[in-house]
Amino acid sequence: MVEWTEQERTIITSIFSSLDYEDIGPKALSRCLIVYPWTQRYFGAFGNLYNAEAIKTNPNIAAHGVKVLHGLDRAVKNMDNIKATYAELSVLHSEKLHVDPDNFKLLSDCLTIVIAAKMGSGFTPEIQATWQKFLAVVVSALGRQYH
Amino acid sequence: MSLSDKDKAAVKALWAKISKSADAIGADALGRMLSVYPQTKTYFSHWPDMSPGSAPVKAHGKKVMGGVALAVSQIDDLANCLLELSERHAFQMRVDPANFKILSHCIIVVIATMFPKEFTPEAHVALDKFLSAAALALSERYR
Repeated sequence: MVEWTEQERTIITSIFSSLDYEDIGPKALSRCLIVYPWTQRYFGAFGNLYNAEAIKTNPNIAAHGVKVLHGLDRAVKNMDNIKATYAELSVLHSEKLHVDPDNFKLLSDCLTIVIAAKMGSGFTPEIQATWQKFLAVVVSALGRQYH
Repeated sequence: MSLSDKDKAAVKALWAKISKSADAIGADALGRMLSVYPQTKTYFSHWPDMSPGSAPVKAHGKKVMGGVALAVSQIDDLANCLLELSERHAFQMRVDPANFKILSHCIIVVIATMFPKEFTPEAHVALDKFLSAAALALSERYR
């Protein structure tokens, strides 16, 4: 089981409480599709992803980015049981969406960059460490039910 | 995933904007790496102080960015320009090449915190490719 200190919990809940999901979600997902273009394979039905501008202005991608970020809410609310909380989502990503779990790390790195850009110098090494630990636990839980 | 002309132009354009802060970027990135990825401390056990902002970290961060600057200036021939550094990392320092990815990530995070407007997704992909190419050149002499 993952152990969280009081400080780590505070850092995570504080970042999420000040998060504008409508802004950060689309930015993180579109960045992922631009920086790691092979991730576009999962979004064939989402319309025009032909270039960076198209991706950045694609409303389907934006909506999906918001959805993904709200998915992280579940982890924030259940930090002591992230593995169980994501069991169903893990099955979904494996059995229905067929997402290569390596992609979870790519998206989480892009989310980290977007949060870093938003927080500037406030994104201290300590906060980065906690944030990345949180995302690593989420990524692991999402890959757990693959077989 | 080799660097296209567009990538090289994007890297040089970004570098032009951030190079004045190279020392600060290096110090921050290295300090971050040592605290966020504590296993990297194993390479610096000879330093009296490994905390972010300490003198050895600042000095070494500056050195690392000097290497990045060199790579940007000779972006058309990374293999040759980083040959000597590759030999040092391979034979002298024996740094596991997996760590190049870790430091690259920290450099990218720092640039995002310091230059949020300039570090667009387009600049990000070019820099990511460039740092990967530089890491590959640094690994050249390992085996």
